[in-house]
This record gives sequence, C-alpha cells and structure tokens, in this order.
Amino acid sequence: MLRLAPAITLVMLLGPIVAGLLGTLGPAFGYLPVLGANTVSLDPWRELLSHSGFSSALALTIVSGFGATVISLALCIALCATSAGSRGFERLQRALPPLLSTPHVAIAIGFAFLIAPSGFFARAFSPWATGWDRPPGFATVNDVYGLSLIAGLVLKETAYLALMTIAATGQVAMRASMDAAAALGYSPSRAFIAVVAPRIYAQIRLPVYAALAYSLSNVEMALILGPGNPPTLAVLAARWFAGYDLAQYFPAAAAATLQFAVVLTGVGVWRLMEIPVGAIHRRWVMRGRRRGFMEPALAATAGLGKLSVTLAFASIAILALWSLAFRWRFPDFLPETWSLAIWAQHLGSVARLAGVTALIATVSTLIALTLTLACLENEQRRAVRVGRGALWALYIPLLVPQIAFLFGVQTLLVRLGFDGSMGAVIWAHLIFVLPYVFLSLADPYRALDPRFARSAAALGASPSRIFFTVKLPMLLKSLGVSAAIGFSVSVALYLPTLFTGAGRVSTLTTEAVTLSSGGDRRVIAVYAFIQAALPLVVYAAALVAPAILYRNRRGLR
Amino acid sequence: MTHDGLELRGVSIKVGDATLVDGLDLCVAPGEVVTVMGPSGSGKSSLLAFIGGFLDPAFAASGEILLDGASLAALPAQGRRIGILFQDDLLFPHLSVRGNLAFGLTQDVRGRAARLARVDEALEQAGLEGFRDRDPATLSGGQRARVALMRTLLAGPKALLLDEPFGKLDRPLRKDFREFVFEHARMRGLPTLLVTHDAEDAEAAGGRVVDLEAA
Repeated sequence: MLRLAPAITLVMLLGPIVAGLLGTLGPAFGYLPVLGANTVSLDPWRELLSHSGFSSALALTIVSGFGATVISLALCIALCATSAGSRGFERLQRALPPLLSTPHVAIAIGFAFLIAPSGFFARAFSPWATGWDRPPGFATVNDVYGLSLIAGLVLKETAYLALMTIAATGQVAMRASMDAAAALGYSPSRAFIAVVAPRIYAQIRLPVYAALAYSLSNVEMALILGPGNPPTLAVLAARWFAGYDLAQYFPAAAAATLQFAVVLTGVGVWRLMEIPVGAIHRRWVMRGRRRGFMEPALAATAGLGKLSVTLAFASIAILALWSLAFRWRFPDFLPETWSLAIWAQHLGSVARLAGVTALIATVSTLIALTLTLACLENEQRRAVRVGRGALWALYIPLLVPQIAFLFGVQTLLVRLGFDGSMGAVIWAHLIFVLPYVFLSLADPYRALDPRFARSAAALGASPSRIFFTVKLPMLLKSLGVSAAIGFSVSVALYLPTLFTGAGRVSTLTTEAVTLSSGGDRRVIAVYAFIQAALPLVVYAAALVAPAILYRNRRGLR
Repeated sequence: MTHDGLELRGVSIKVGDATLVDGLDLCVAPGEVVTVMGPSGSGKSSLLAFIGGFLDPAFAASGEILLDGASLAALPAQGRRIGILFQDDLLFPHLSVRGNLAFGLTQDVRGRAARLARVDEALEQAGLEGFRDRDPATLSGGQRARVALMRTLLAGPKALLLDEPFGKLDRPLRKDFREFVFEHARMRGLPTLLVTHDAEDAEAAGGRVVDLEAA
C-alpha cells in the first residue's frame, strides 16, 4: 500500500488538472457534446477576439500580473537585504506567517475599505485637509488601470515571497557569506544583493513563478479590487461561465484557455528575462563598488515593503472595526455608534458557513497530510532519492490557472452526477492544499536524524512502530505548522468551491466575495473578518498545542 | 563449523569503485570486546551499519553475518537483536527518561508493573534513580550516555555494536562511561564490536584490535 502512495498522490493531484484542461480545451474549439455541440470550430475564438473589451482585458491582465510580481519581488528583496543579519530579520520572520495564512479575499476587502473614496484614509484626512464632506468622485478602488488590484496583490505576494526567501536563507549559508563580504568592506545590504540574493533566487524560483501565475490569473482579488468593465481575462471568463446563457460557455472556454497560454508564456518570458538580469548582476558584482546609491535605494524600497506589511495588517484590523460599527458616516474618522447588532443578526449564517468551511479545510488537510506522510515514509523505507521532477509536479497546481481547468472539471463532475457534493469540493481543495502541505513537511521530515529510527530499530521496533511512536511525535511541531498552512490554503479557495460546489456548497470565502459587490460594509466585514480569523486561530493552535504538550521537553523546543 | 557470539565471514563493503572493507573474517566471542580501528572514511561505521541491518543502498555489501550460529542476512534491523550505541545518545526528545527506557525494554516483559520495575532497576544500575520522570534534555552528557546504554541493554540484545560512543564525552567522564559499558557487556556475556579512532579506547577495551586500513 505504502509503495503506491506516490502514484496515488500524483493521480489525485494531476488527474483532475489534466482532465479539466482537456475539458476546457474542447469547448474552446466549439466541442461540447453535452450541449449538442459536436463540431470543431474557431467560432469561440472569433467571438472572444471580437468582444469589445478583449484587448483591454488582455493588457490589464498582463500589466497587473507582471506589475504585481515585479513589485512584490523588489519589496521582498529590499526587506530582506536591509534587515539580514539584524534583529529586524527575526521580526520579519515572526510578522509574516499571520499574513500568509490570511485569505486573499479578506485582505482585498479590508484593503478596499482602507483606500476607497469613502474609506478609512479619506476619512482620516477629511474634511480638515481635503475639504471633502462627501466621498470624492474618482475611483481609488476598481480603477481602470488596475492600480488598486496591483497594490492588493502586492500586499499578499510580498509576504509570501519574503517568507520563502527567509526559509531559503537557511540553505545558502547567508551568515557566513555576509560576514565574508563585510570583511571585504561591503555594507550588509549590498553584501546581501551581491552574494546572497542570486543563490536565494535559485531557491525561490518556483515560488516566484507561482506568484506570477497567481497574479496573472486570480479571480477573487480581481473581482474585489480590479476594474469592472473591462475586467481581467480570468474574471471575464469566470463571468461568462457563471452566466445563464449557455452559448457563452464557448467564448468563456476560449478565454480560459487563452489564460492558460498567457500564464505559460508569462512564466517563459520571466525565465528568459532571468538571463540578462543575471548577466547584469554578474557584471555589477565584478565592478566591486563598495558604496553608491544602492543603499539609499534599498532603504527606500524596504520602506515601501514595510508599508505593504503594515497595510496588510491594517486591512485585517479595518474589518474588525467595520464589523463593530453601527452608524459610521463620512467623513467621521471613527464610528459614531458601536454595536454587536450586525454580529447578532448574522451569527447563525456565519456559524453555519464557518462550520462548512472548517469541515472542508479539515478533511482536505487530513487527506493531504496522510498522502504526504505516506509518500515521505515510503521514500525513507525504500531509500528513494527524489528528483526535481517531483518538485515540479507539486508546483503544477500552483502554476496552472484555476480558471483554465475548473470548467472542464465541472462538466466532468456533472456527467458523473458528482457535482455539488462535499466530496467533489474536498477533492478540488485537496489539489491546492496538498502541494503546500507536502512542501512544508518534506524538509523537516527528511531532516530528522535517521539514527533515531536506527536506534529504535536496533531496540526491536518495527517500521510502523517507529513511524507512529518516534517520527510523528518528534515532528509534531512541523506537522502542526503544515496542517495550519493546508487549512489556510483551503479556507482561502474561491473558484474551486464555486465550480465544484454547483451553488450547493458555500463557504465563508464564496459568501464574502458575493457580499463584497453589495453595499453594507458592516455585513461584509463580519464575514470577511471571520474568514480571516479562522485560519489565524488554527495557526495559533498549531503553535501552542505542541508547546503545551512538550512544555517539559527541552530537546523539542 | 559455527561459534557462539558474533561471526563475520568474508564481509566486503564497496561504495562505487572504492572497496572499504575487503573480505573481513572475524569472530567475537560472548563477553569479548573487539576493537575496529581506522581513520574516518575507512568504512568502520558502514561495517556496523551492515551488521545492524541499515546500510545505505548506495553501498554494496557481501559476506555473511552469524549471530550464535544463525545467519542474519534475511532479518530486518528490528529483528536482529543487535544493540547499537552511537556517538550521540539519540534519546527520544519527546519521551521522559523512563519513557525512553520503556520503549527499549523487550516486549517479553509483560504487565505495566513488571515493566516499570525493570526500568527502575536499570535506572538504579546506572545510578540514576531520581531521574526517571526527567526530560532527557535536562540531563548531563554522562547521564544521557548511561541512559542510552541502559535503553539498549533493556531490549535484550545478543550482541553490542559501539559506534564511537565515547567520542563526545570529556576525558574523566569518558573513562568512567567506557568502564561502565565494558563491565555491562562482559557481565551479560555480549559479543561487542567497538569502532573508534582513539587508541586509548582500544587499549581500555583490552581485546583484539582489527585495523581496517590494513585489512
């Protein structure tokens, strides 16, 4: 059974993606037998290309996707370069995990509450500085250039990339390299850019591609922060898929397939751009400059990075504020009256949705943990060495745009009579939960000193006894962190729930997105706040439980 | 003909093109301590790993290992009844001192009371009566080393492999622990194979010395 673990895992992970991509490709070329369309044609593409907003949508997608990724990576590198080797680095390391576990949707909604024309910042400066006693008439959210969308993506991706960078510093002997460079007269931030950053980039390349793919193709953030007409390509596709006009499925599938091509090309272009950037970096290193404009430039960029982290936390805080407000008129800085009325009014619905959300997240995380542990244990028992191919396979769900394969999955589920079931939703979540659980657990699992298992075997313990009584308890902390990450990934998922749930399964996330287009901020805030709080509570529990359990075990702290 | 104790017949270990051990024949009688010496990389630890049953698949090993006349080839590590002490004590950090010892104690001792009695008896022999509920991480290096030995002995091994278990201890402690280990090994009549690169260890063992480089 254990031997089959890698194969089962791969099939569960990639089977739906491959089937879904094909099932979307068909209708993109006019082929969808369920609707009686049996002939292959280019009509869906003609319809897509002739859509009035098509070229703007494509341009918006590319600009916001690349813009957000380039800015996030710059902020991440500047944050790490200016704090490496100092206390700030550890502070960063502690501050970021909560941001990572907060769903995109909650950050996007909170961020919109901050920057909207009637938002918190406008209130803070009105009317005394701006003279506004009514919200200004220009768009600061959903602007046609996608600037608010880029900013929202940056809040989230900077935290993600910075955490990946911090994790990678352990593998590149950062301290020693920086000390050596310091002895040669380089400032810490310059030393980081010169000798540490290239090696770290090689380590975080796949996470960077994942951030690019997400920025190019996400639907939930673009729905909340992006322009409405024309929207991004992914939103356009999602809108057509969700409409009642079945004929729209065809151009929608074409848009979804194009989205896949955009991401594929985007990652390819990014990979090619690494070559000249690397060459420029090497030439710059050869020049041996010890001081220049880089230090102030890095400090300024890092300032923006800190602003991004602060805004992300502020986005969560504003949700709490709005959920407790009763009367809060523009331009009052704080609510005039406070109340728990909105909470009381929606408690039943929030609790039910939170229950469903937690159930889906818990089950998909437990399945992911089981498969991951089975693969890792199989790898150790059979002493298999895992190549780079396995790593790429794990990243496929994070690179392939959700919109590009979920429609195909949906039609398949409908045909099997399986759509709208909890099982289907959980499986769809598993596709995204599993990679994160695996990636976060593999390193600690492989790093456990193999001599503990050998000692136990020499004492007569069987492999399964060693697994359950030695390895698992020793890895409890890592297991907890992995589970919390898996849980938060599941809570954050929007499109997978939407497409496989068939309207019968709703979570806090789908509800928050639906509500976000409505008017009452207090109600939106209640749902979005709980959506943000749920993974945070689980994350805190995952840290606290092993600490309590092992309070008398210094060797495991 | 076979002997009591641990017997190696024509044991060779190779990694890639390099031969680490070449046709080693060796008999270790019950209660005898044989020392295997050699610089690092000479295959000492690989030899112990082969005997213990957890040699990395990157190594190719051949030859026969017999324990009290029976071949070990078909047995997995947990079925060989060969106790091993490593340079690190490798006490399980999630278990108490008593938990570690009970983990090691052979399953032939049944019943909670009987098992705890055996564990406590072992603690007494190690002079660690007051430490049974302690976190192993709070013990001194010498105390941890003694717990590790007792854990190994409680499993009821028929032979003992020592992979430089004295290497990390300070001088006076090292001498005490060495005597403690040899005394217990002889008392129980265990054929013991000690791997070390320290001549003093070999001298203290007092038995035959096999030099791997010369082999």
